[in-house]
Amino acid sequence: MENLLAARMQMAVSLGFHIIFSCIGMAMPFFMAISGYKYLRTGKPLYKDLTKVWSVGVAIFFAVGAVSGTVLSFELGLLWPTFMEHAGPIFGMPFSWEGTAFFIEAIALGLFLYGWDRLHPWVHWGSGVVVGISGVASGIFVVAANGWMNSPAGFDWIDGQAYNIDPVAAMFNDAWFSQALHMTIAAFVATGFAVAGLHAFLLLKNPKNAFHKEAIKIAMVVAAVAAILQPLSGDLSAKDVAERQPAKLAAMEALFETSKPAALVIGGIPDEESREVNYAIHIPYALSFLAHGDFEAEVTGLDAFPRDEQPPVLVTHIAFQIMVLCGTVMALLGLMFLLFSWRWKHLLNRNWFLWMLVIATPLGFIAVEAGWTVTEVGRQPWIIYGIMRTSDAVSSMPGLVVPFYLFTGVYLLLTFILVWLMRRQIKMLPQKYPSSVLNDNE
Amino acid sequence: MLTVVILFLALSLLAYVLFGGADFGAGIIEIFSGRVSKKTITHAIAPVWEANHIWLILVVVILFMGFPAIYAQMSLYLHIPMVILLLGIVLRGTAFTFRHYDAIQDRSEWYYTTIFNLSSLIAPLFLGILTGALILGRIDREPAGFYDAFMAPWLNVFCIMLGVFTCCLFAFLAAVYLIGEAEQGEVKERFLKIARNANIATVISGGLVFLAAEWSGFPLARMFWESTAAMVAAVLATVSLPLLWWSLLKRHIIFPRLLAGFQTLMILGAWFWVQYPVLLRYKNGDYLGIFTTAAPEATMRQLGLALLVGSVLILPSLFFLLKTFKTKPSFLEKEV
Repeated sequence: MENLLAARMQMAVSLGFHIIFSCIGMAMPFFMAISGYKYLRTGKPLYKDLTKVWSVGVAIFFAVGAVSGTVLSFELGLLWPTFMEHAGPIFGMPFSWEGTAFFIEAIALGLFLYGWDRLHPWVHWGSGVVVGISGVASGIFVVAANGWMNSPAGFDWIDGQAYNIDPVAAMFNDAWFSQALHMTIAAFVATGFAVAGLHAFLLLKNPKNAFHKEAIKIAMVVAAVAAILQPLSGDLSAKDVAERQPAKLAAMEALFETSKPAALVIGGIPDEESREVNYAIHIPYALSFLAHGDFEAEVTGLDAFPRDEQPPVLVTHIAFQIMVLCGTVMALLGLMFLLFSWRWKHLLNRNWFLWMLVIATPLGFIAVEAGWTVTEVGRQPWIIYGIMRTSDAVSSMPGLVVPFYLFTGVYLLLTFILVWLMRRQIKMLPQKYPSSVLNDNE
Repeated sequence: MLTVVILFLALSLLAYVLFGGADFGAGIIEIFSGRVSKKTITHAIAPVWEANHIWLILVVVILFMGFPAIYAQMSLYLHIPMVILLLGIVLRGTAFTFRHYDAIQDRSEWYYTTIFNLSSLIAPLFLGILTGALILGRIDREPAGFYDAFMAPWLNVFCIMLGVFTCCLFAFLAAVYLIGEAEQGEVKERFLKIARNANIATVISGGLVFLAAEWSGFPLARMFWESTAAMVAAVLATVSLPLLWWSLLKRHIIFPRLLAGFQTLMILGAWFWVQYPVLLRYKNGDYLGIFTTAAPEATMRQLGLALLVGSVLILPSLFFLLKTFKTKPSFLEKEV
């Protein structure tokens, strides 16, 4: 494997691993806080146990997220030293704020996990909310930094050097808002569906169990609202990308030739040699409308860019299709959940619905990984869009394939242990938390 | 603002060495203290370990935003020890958390503990190696081959000795800290003994660092000798040792910790003072200094601002965290 590919793969594995824990760290504390709020309001032990069970999950995932995040802060330099040497002073600002947010998150989490009997109940509850707020803030800061790579701002680039650096302008680049919004909502969708799916599975094994029902309700209400809002934020992102990074949009949509009007290509396998998309459904005018809000608008195709400035089409297009497909399914499921629970109280007693939730467990995280692939692969061959090529930024140390295999191995091992650990937690639920076996009417 | 940023860099590094160091040290001395101490160690570090390790992220962020050339050059030439340090940090943090939260206690605990102990040793070893490699002056920008470029700068007696010294120092810090955390007399005695041994090991390995430096042709002793401030710091660190032992045997809790922190400050301070303003030295004698690599003023202003506002938010919360968990030792009994 050549050095550049190894470095990109290591970055992809590290980010793909870390992003799961970031999403959980952003959304899960709020689920925990909702359940904690219900406990403080009703005094039912079920809610206290649910809060505790979830907080153990948060603690385990937070620890893995914290160390994999530490790895990333080093990897930026280990893999891309040239990039960091130039970019650090420009886009470092959100990271310096992220450090603060992360620090507060860790402190608040310590208080929440170990402070049950030592803090005033509402102060304790508040510390849980602070975990969530600072988790979301951390996520937004990091995504703002990524936004800068897509939409560089706050400097003048003259002969390979940055001048007139303005870190504030760099942080509030054109991409930061639409990206941060999309990512934050995605975190709630993905975590919500994962949690609901897991509890739905346990509820199927243990029908009428009140503990899992409450868990599904909390997770699904949040996830459903987020999943319904997500297509709107996606539309905002797409219009934004069409404006700022037409090459990325063309790769997402597999639009090889500039068209007016442009058809939306659904599915299919793009062939980068023949510049065609096989087995796809074409919907005339739709892309023009989605990208620019006008059925007759011209949409820039890949042919507008020299071959060596075009992103890989196959990966970007397919990842985009996967993301949209998962997102659509979840939005429909969310809509169904909200409508049916409103009309029909016993939705969670219906096995078919629980099975749908079980099947949807990984969809949110698949969508997150796919969406992240679109952002990153769609930016290629640039590391700073239009300014610096990824191939010019990579470390000159030979043999980068070794750390790639090393970290991939460690992350695989951690994934395996985490799954195993979760199963053990679930197995011990009845012993550790007596209210988790209570039925509806008890 | 440059001064503010440098101050925060120094403070974050000191905080990481003190708090993260005591944390690593706890993993090291668990090897020697066995089962009895495990509960004390777990309870002492569980609520605070995450916070203790975020200081390192602050150091990294300050480096790459404020002193990008140093961050880029060390990431390039010291890639290998940095990767090993990272693997140590990852394995240690996860093994500790898994051990703490695993719902079932069985043989898996042995694996968690082994990984936790080993990685607690590896991470500080390579932290010391990195520190040595930065200033030893073997980083070669025109290397003959892979070994010269990526191994020789850190794989030598001096760096390894500094790594050993770091492990000993961290173990000492942890032992001094844990004496105050231990509830039972038996465990306390154990930690006292370990603190004594770690103290002896720290002094000996500290001396060996100077010898290894001479042997590697690096005039560390002369640099110390020629700097009044460094000599004063060394003398103060040594003189305060008997005081610390007197206080430990008197069963004081806070004063020995403060003294151990003071000694660490003296050691770190002297180390950077004699190098000042050098942060990274090349083989040909060129160096990257703290002023020559500093990012433009606009960046420093934002970084300094973020750090100042951040510390206004962090320090009170950190104080609240420590106050909540470190002032009521009765909670240990309840949980155990």
